[in-house]
Amino acid sequence: MTKIKLADSKVTELKQVCAKFDNQKNELINILHGAQELFGYLPAEVQEIIAQQLSVDVAHVYGVVTFYSFFSMSPKGEHPISVCMGTACYVRGAEKVLDEFKRILNVKIGETTPDGKFSVSSLRCVGACGLAPVVTVGSKVYGRVTIEEVQQIINEYQ
Amino acid sequence: MSQIKLTIDNKTVQVAQGTSIVDAAKQIGVNIPTLCHMKLEHVGYENKPGGCRICVVELEGRKNLAPACKTICTEGMQVSTHTLRVINARRTVMELILSDHPAECLTCVKSGKCDLQTRAQELGIREIPYQGEQSKYKEDKSPAIIRDMDKCIMCRRCEMMCKQVQTVGCLSAINRGFESVVAPAFEMDLEKSTCTYCGQCVAVCPTGALSEIDNTRKVIAALVNPNKTVIVQTAPAVRAALGEEFGLEPGTLVTGKMVSALKKIGFDKVFDTDFAADLTIMEEGTELLNRLQKHLAGDKNVKLPILTSCCPGWVNFFETNYPDMLDVPSTAKSPQQMFGAIAKTYLAEQMKLKREDLVVVSVMPCLAKKYESQRKEFQVNGNPDVDLSITTRELSQMIKGANLNFNELHNEEFDNPMGESTGAGVIFANTGGVIEAAVRTAYELHTQKTLEKVDFHELRGFEGIRSATVDFDGFPLKIGIAHGLGHARQLLNEVKAGTSTFHAIEIMACPGGCIGGAGQPYHHGDTNILKQRAAAIYREDAGKAIRKSHQNPFIIKLYDEFLGEPCGEKAHKLLHTHYFDKKPKVK
Amino acid sequence: MAKFKNHILVCAGTGCRASEGEEIVQELKTAVSQNQLENEVQVVRTGCFGFCEKGPIVKMIPDNTFYTQVKTADAKEIVEEHIIKGRQVQRLLYENPEDATRISDSKHMNFYKKQIRIALRNCGFINPENINEYVARDGYTALGKVITEMTPEDCIDIIKQSGLRGRGGGGFPTGLKWEITNKVESAEKYVVCNADEGDPGAFMDRSILEGDPHSVLEAMAICGYCIEASVGLIYIRAEYPLAIQRLKIAIEQARDLGVIGDNIFGTEFSFDVEIRYGAGAFVCGEETSLIQSMEGLRGEPTVKPPFPSVKGYMGKPTNVNNVETFANVPVIINKGAAWFASIGTEKSKGTKVFALAGKINNVGLIEVPMGTTLREVIFDIGGGIKDGRKFKSVQTGGPSGGCLTEKHLDVPIDYDNLLESGSMMGSGGMIVMDEDDCMVSVAKFYLDFTVEESCGKCAPCRIGNKRLYEILDKITKGKAQFEDLDNLRNLANVIKDTSLCGLGQTSPNPVLSTMDNFPEEYLAHVHQGKCPAKQCKALKEYVINAETCVGCTLCSRVCPVNAITGDKKQPHLINAQLCIKCGACFAKCKFGAISIQ
Repeated sequence: MTKIKLADSKVTELKQVCAKFDNQKNELINILHGAQELFGYLPAEVQEIIAQQLSVDVAHVYGVVTFYSFFSMSPKGEHPISVCMGTACYVRGAEKVLDEFKRILNVKIGETTPDGKFSVSSLRCVGACGLAPVVTVGSKVYGRVTIEEVQQIINEYQ
Repeated sequence: MSQIKLTIDNKTVQVAQGTSIVDAAKQIGVNIPTLCHMKLEHVGYENKPGGCRICVVELEGRKNLAPACKTICTEGMQVSTHTLRVINARRTVMELILSDHPAECLTCVKSGKCDLQTRAQELGIREIPYQGEQSKYKEDKSPAIIRDMDKCIMCRRCEMMCKQVQTVGCLSAINRGFESVVAPAFEMDLEKSTCTYCGQCVAVCPTGALSEIDNTRKVIAALVNPNKTVIVQTAPAVRAALGEEFGLEPGTLVTGKMVSALKKIGFDKVFDTDFAADLTIMEEGTELLNRLQKHLAGDKNVKLPILTSCCPGWVNFFETNYPDMLDVPSTAKSPQQMFGAIAKTYLAEQMKLKREDLVVVSVMPCLAKKYESQRKEFQVNGNPDVDLSITTRELSQMIKGANLNFNELHNEEFDNPMGESTGAGVIFANTGGVIEAAVRTAYELHTQKTLEKVDFHELRGFEGIRSATVDFDGFPLKIGIAHGLGHARQLLNEVKAGTSTFHAIEIMACPGGCIGGAGQPYHHGDTNILKQRAAAIYREDAGKAIRKSHQNPFIIKLYDEFLGEPCGEKAHKLLHTHYFDKKPKVK
Repeated sequence: MAKFKNHILVCAGTGCRASEGEEIVQELKTAVSQNQLENEVQVVRTGCFGFCEKGPIVKMIPDNTFYTQVKTADAKEIVEEHIIKGRQVQRLLYENPEDATRISDSKHMNFYKKQIRIALRNCGFINPENINEYVARDGYTALGKVITEMTPEDCIDIIKQSGLRGRGGGGFPTGLKWEITNKVESAEKYVVCNADEGDPGAFMDRSILEGDPHSVLEAMAICGYCIEASVGLIYIRAEYPLAIQRLKIAIEQARDLGVIGDNIFGTEFSFDVEIRYGAGAFVCGEETSLIQSMEGLRGEPTVKPPFPSVKGYMGKPTNVNNVETFANVPVIINKGAAWFASIGTEKSKGTKVFALAGKINNVGLIEVPMGTTLREVIFDIGGGIKDGRKFKSVQTGGPSGGCLTEKHLDVPIDYDNLLESGSMMGSGGMIVMDEDDCMVSVAKFYLDFTVEESCGKCAPCRIGNKRLYEILDKITKGKAQFEDLDNLRNLANVIKDTSLCGLGQTSPNPVLSTMDNFPEEYLAHVHQGKCPAKQCKALKEYVINAETCVGCTLCSRVCPVNAITGDKKQPHLINAQLCIKCGACFAKCKFGAISIQ
């Protein structure tokens, strides 16, 4: 685990997020959402500050962070790619599309390319089943993606 | 409380409302196997996440099987505890648990004492049809505790102990599903976490996932080294529990056999930590009196209450959690460290040995003592006052390893000059014992009168937090006692808030005090064992000719010949310490 | 809506927005203003129309013209042709697949003919961001009626008599649940709306929240009145940003209007609603896990009893219902229990919303009366199987459900029938599969999901599902032995029998149902090392038939790993060592020269 230094202004903002929820420990998940919005991910330092503000053990915060797949302890790529692996997308070939992204970018699920440009993850149902299989890059949604289109999608961001 | 009638395996049983099926079954002699469940009556906690599913039973009218530990009896309930369906389910679940557990029983520290092994044997598991990926984690060795989480079965007992009972909270379940395990934050090493090494996680772990650092090989290496003189000190709680490892009834005192065994193993001298406990009382009692007298004289700078400092788990706890209150606890070292400091000076001088050639081994009921003995401030030029600390369990291992028939050994006496102790030193093992010992001495020093009744029953017992007022010849001395760090935290918070009315507080990290220490033979959830150990300790005290620390002739001699005054300059240098701010720094 | 002559309703559900829905809205607005029609024509973003397959959908009011697959470029034409010239844009009308005629009103489409919309009544009709449009369609009248004219017991009676059962999975009678919570004495109680829809391939709840958030708020307030709670909490997936945004707007507007807040309708009754976010844990759909999660803990389930009705959020009595269940409540109050109970089957009343997806022509969100058969859903509403393939199986109930087959097609859908058939209602995902789907792989897909989503608290679910997955994996790789099938079944049964919560108690269903309904497929994998559906990578090989290959080079160009070689106009060859079996060549070949072996 590499230690990073958080800017003082960001620390203040983080404490404001906690304060917005009255530093209540049963608001931990809402606070973690707020923190992840602020930093893009939840490094150890952020969890330590939250634990301190809420007067809970940092092990508890870490236990919660690692329970929920929405929370991440590593920064996502500049262009986070998510392949929907909901059943509708799965039966329409999402796995092959995901494999192709992994192959071209040479990363595993949850990893970021060394240049920090792309991260690949799978998610469960964005609810656009009519467009299956669905890929999202950032907030942009690509529907009915075929394996041939994978390279084209990546090219758009290079 | 109203009663409920139900049938278990076609037998009618009547139980109080709120009784679990497991407990109801016990009443009619039906033993339902459990694994994650652990009831700790003495600390008032029950671990029953309902996670292992070994205790499942069939309930008439229920679709699936029910966990007997967690299911409360209802009127007219019909329970079947060993149908084919139940047996198959238990076996399959056990096979699953074993399929994610290393088959290392032959070399596992827990072999023979492992709840998982016992249950698997009872269920007759001979092969594991479900093979697959096994959990792999980095082994984590701290100065006191080893975490080998490949062996974790997610019973969550350690987490409950750490989080709820001890309120240390350095352990939590992390991740999810097959990846889930109990770990410190960010899976950091225990050494870097806020762990106090109280070891209560080890005390309740059903498998070999959590265990103590084993120092027995190092002890044996020292014993066979012709250039070293190896002496040993044994803590008071050890003698009340060691016998359990040899099949003796809990609460059997084995002091003489223990001394005999240690001599046969080859220790050059066998001493008693109880002696150092008497010494502790001289220092801590004097410190208490000094502070009290200043306080009574109107000194506003004096800190009261004074807190005892014999327990290293407790010291770690306040250094981490209350760094702003480091001047509140007594500065007196623990008996183990007082022993070491005197052994490597006074005794070494007498024995005409260089401190480097004298190896001090301690037998402790405790895991935190292993860490304490390694603290930098307890070393001189890198040579520790106490070289090696082993637990009661490790001692029993050494005795077995030496092929001694422990139960047949004849009683032998401790060596002198550091083997003589009073009843006050003995009761250090029990919660309330340190403060009772201190009162016996402080009373006489303060009032200059003889204390006729030395048994302070008001200070004894198993309540988590106790308080009593002792009449110091007209002055009401208010005493608080807490055992278990969760209870300690409650008293500490009062002190911090300035609302505490106590003059002195005794704290022991382990529930029950040292007799419930994490280095003692495993109690497997039977907390009556702790009560029997405590009773044995009070018996040993009652049998002693001298029961007040300041009357120990060897203590008197030690001050006369070597130390001078209690809390004097030399005593201060050798027998007192200071504390450190160990709170993790967060922005 | 009265003020404008024309309304253009644009679906702004997640699916349609993903295909430029928002851009279409902007273009329509531009076209409207370019033609100075701002005072006559209003462009409205609505919730989901349901017919996602043909999205984005644009609907014209008042004549109900239903335009499908609209593109940004079509906006101008819609305004200028339809509104100004009064001529329908023919090419944007739905084409009836039966006779290629164009249908302009959705009610004549097969997709809508058999649907009855109760929970979805407002989706696609109103602007979900405007409370007045909800009020205009009888919104909040049910709440007014309940709190000014009824006792909690009266209202609970109506819900009980309606026969409404929980739409989130188990189908527990809603009225009974309310009654139990009502009877527990406590000064503090909670109403919780479970919007943690985690089934992969299900988006019913999200669509309701996006399209008609007020119906849920109104029902929660009604429930609050009935159980004597003053706080409602909505636990919603963080992955649903649009639904969250609309909920927030709805809560604000409802507070402003005074339909939630203190002293609603001038009565003693006060009720307010807060939002709590999930964070990606399927198990939190289980009500005890959900409560743990709302308390800021790991979402691990707790043993029931005690049920949340007795000891729930913060240890207080808590009534948990899911979104769809709540959405039914205001209508039941307004139209009466008897009306609701007249719809559906004997034990399952009303309608059920399904997210119909997979290898089906009309993917979308549908609502049908209980008792509708799977055949009607798949072949009438769903328009049959895509690309003329053969129906093989339909999966209902998500990871907790099972795969039903041809022989179940005429089973009327209700809670009990689905259970009896080896599946379950679940929250309403319905995935259709064709002959190209390998049922062992499908079971493996679901187990992969369960393994990832198991909380890890109990041993059978934590380890057992992992082992189930591993055995299935062995089977799909042709490495399984005969005894593995026995182990698979025993394990599946024990996991069901011993797991702590609903997740583990149902997670083996996809395995058991496929083993029961497609035993020959399992045997083919184990016995002959063959995947009949030709899906399992390890058991298949792509081969080019030299006789039919014309050497067009298309396949070699599309191959992502350059595994295909051959000169132009010469038969090509696949290097099996390099081939990653992605199937791109197979899909590309126009001459049928590539086969799977």
